[in-house]
Amino acid sequence: MPNDSREKILRRIREALSVKAPARHLVHTENRGHPGETGSTIVPATGWLPPVPDSPIGLLALFEKNSLDLKTDVRRCTDAAAVVSELAALALENRWQSVGSHHFALGNEAVSALGLPVVFTDQPYETAALERCDAGVSGCECLVAQTGGILVTSASAGGRVLSVLPPHHVVIASACQMVGDLSDAFDVLRKTHESPPSFASFITGPSRTGDIERILVLGAHGPKKLTVLLVQA
Amino acid sequence: MSTESVQFHHDADRLTHDLRHRALIQKALGGYYLKRDEQKAKYTDWQQARASAAAAKYEAVNHLDEYLVEFADKLAARGTKVFWAADGAEAVEYIASVARGADVKRIIKSKTMTGEEIHLPQALEKAGLEVVESDLGEFIVQLRDEPPYHIVFPSMHLTRGEIDDTFQKKLGSAHANTPEELTMIARGVMRQKYCAADMGICGANFAVAETGQISITENEGNARLSTSLPRVLVSIVGIEKVVPKLDDLAVLLPMLATAGAGQNMTCYNTLLGGPRQPGETDGPTEFHVVLLDNRRTSLLADPEQRDALHCIRCGACLNVCPIFKNIGGHSYGTTYQGPIGSVITPHLRGLQSWKHLSFSSSLCGACHEACPVKIDLHHHLLQNRRNAIAEKPVWWEKPIFAGFAWFMRHPALYRLAAPMLRLGAPVLHAIRGKSFDPVRMWTGTRDLPPAPPRSFKEYWRDRNAKR
Repeated sequence: MPNDSREKILRRIREALSVKAPARHLVHTENRGHPGETGSTIVPATGWLPPVPDSPIGLLALFEKNSLDLKTDVRRCTDAAAVVSELAALALENRWQSVGSHHFALGNEAVSALGLPVVFTDQPYETAALERCDAGVSGCECLVAQTGGILVTSASAGGRVLSVLPPHHVVIASACQMVGDLSDAFDVLRKTHESPPSFASFITGPSRTGDIERILVLGAHGPKKLTVLLVQA
Repeated sequence: MSTESVQFHHDADRLTHDLRHRALIQKALGGYYLKRDEQKAKYTDWQQARASAAAAKYEAVNHLDEYLVEFADKLAARGTKVFWAADGAEAVEYIASVARGADVKRIIKSKTMTGEEIHLPQALEKAGLEVVESDLGEFIVQLRDEPPYHIVFPSMHLTRGEIDDTFQKKLGSAHANTPEELTMIARGVMRQKYCAADMGICGANFAVAETGQISITENEGNARLSTSLPRVLVSIVGIEKVVPKLDDLAVLLPMLATAGAGQNMTCYNTLLGGPRQPGETDGPTEFHVVLLDNRRTSLLADPEQRDALHCIRCGACLNVCPIFKNIGGHSYGTTYQGPIGSVITPHLRGLQSWKHLSFSSSLCGACHEACPVKIDLHHHLLQNRRNAIAEKPVWWEKPIFAGFAWFMRHPALYRLAAPMLRLGAPVLHAIRGKSFDPVRMWTGTRDLPPAPPRSFKEYWRDRNAKR
C-alpha cells in the first residue's frame, strides 16, 4: 500500500523540532556526584542502578539471591556429570514424559541421557508436539546478576518458542557466562553476533501475573517453573 | 460543557462515593507501594537514575526524525515491512489489508495501549476477524466488554468473585475460588488460541534506533507466545517510543519494572529485530511494524509540554494520583488514564473537549515525583488550563476578578465587610448545600469553618493596645 505518510510525518516532526524544548532533567544532575566521587566525574547511567559486585563470586551470589526472590530454582553443578544427574533428577521429580531441546554443548549429553523422546527445535518441528512436552531444555547467551535474568536468543536457546511454550524451562549455563548488568549483556550480544539477533529475550523468573487482585500467580502463559543448572567454571 | 465533560463528572461523582471501589483500589495499590519502595531502595541513586532515563528520552524525542529514520531503515534491512501511519485510520486500514493479504482468520493480541488508542481490536472484529486478547487482565475486560481500567493493570477494579462470574458466563468454566485457579482457566483457553492464530499483534515499549529492534516488556509470556507462534506479526509503535541506543535499555528496562510494578525487572523483556531469518526454525515469516503519529506531532510542536512524549507508560503517576484513586480509571473515558492521560489527551483528541481532565487535579505534584522519566506532569496540567482559557475565555471570570481586586484595594470596604460576614455566617451555615444556596456547587462538598470571634485586624489592635 503506497502512501506518503512517511514524508508527511517527518515533515511535521522537523517543523515541530525547529523550536527547542527546555532540558529540565539536567537541573538535578549538575553539582551532584556519585557517592564518594567528585561532582565532575561522569558516571555511566547504569551506575545509578542497584550496585553490582566486581568479583565472580559476588556476581554469582547476587544472581542466586535475585533468583530466590524471583522463584527461579538455581542448582549448582560441579561438572558435566553433575549436569547429567541433576537433569535426570528433575525429570524424575516432575515425571517428564517428553522434552523439547536443541543441540548445544552443555546440554547434549544430559538430554540424550534422559532416554525420553526429544523434540528438537533447531530443526523443523511441529508446534503441537512441543506444546505437549513437559519441559524445554536450552542454553543461553548469558546470565545477568543485577536482575537475576537469563538472556536467550534464537541461536543460543533453540529458537523463539522453546524457552516459553513448555511448562518447565531448564537452562543449562556455565558460571563463566555470568555478567553484571544489562549493559554487559548487550556487550555479549555484540561480541557473539555480527548483526543484532532477530530475537533476544531477558527471562527474569518463571512467567507470572498479578492481574487478579494483584496476587502473584506463577505460570500465567509461559513456564510455571524455571530451573538453572549452573556448571562451575 | 462538552459531552465528555458531563460524562466524566457523572462517573467521577458516582465512583468517588463508592467506598467498596475505593477500598479495592487502595488494597491493590498498597501492595504496589511496598514493593516499589523496596526496589527503589536498592538503587545506588534513584534520582540520578531518573535524570539519566529522562536524558535518554530527551535525546530521542528532540531528534525524533533522525532516530525514527535510523530505526525504520535498520528494521527494513532485515526483512521487516515498516509502515508509517499518520493517523489511526491509516494504521487500521493497513493492518486489515495485511490480514486480508495473508488470508488471516484468527488474531491473538498481546497488550498494546497504542492499539487501544486507535480502537484496533474493534475495527478488526468488524472486518470479520477473531481477535483475542492474551494478557490476562485485558482478556478479562474484553470478556466483560469493558475498556482497560489502568494502562498497566487493566482489571485491577475487579474481585476474584466478579472474574469467576465472568469466566463461568463467557467461558462456561467451573466455579473457581482462587486467583491461581482463575489464571489456570485462562491459560488453558489461551494455549489453544496461540497455536491456532494466524496473526499476532503486539505493541512495543521501546524502539531501538541503533539496532532496529522493538522491545516488549511483560510478565506473563503472552507477548512472547503471540509474537513467535503466528506466521504473521504486526507491531504497532507510537513514534515517541524510539530510543537512540541499545544501552539506553540497560537503564530504562529496570526502571520501567520498578516504577510500573515494583519489580527489579519484569519477567520477559524481548527484543525483536526481524521476521524468521535464514537458518531459523521458528518465528513469524512476515513482520510488519506500524509507526503511528496520530497527533503525537502536535504534542511535539509544543516545546513546553514536549517532555510528555518521554512517557514510558509505566503507570506510576496513576498509582499515586489522589484523583485516580478516587474516581478510578474508567471515569476518565480515555485510553490513557491518570495524570499522563489528562496531560496528553487534550493534545491527541482536542483541548476544549478534554480540558476538564486538567481541571480535575489537586496539582499536588505526586505524579511528577513518581515519574521515572521526570515529566513535569502537574505543571502541564496547569498549562493545559491556561491554554484552554486563553483559547476560550470564561466570560464571568474577568469581571469577578476585577471586582475582587477593586474591593481589596479599598480597606474601608474591607473593614466594613468583615463584621458583616461574621453576622452572616450562621445564615451561610444554615443554607449550605441546600437547593436555594446560590453557591451550592462550591459549598455542597466543602466545609465552611466557623467565623472566629474577632478578625486579625481586631486582634492586632487589641494586642498593641495592651502594651
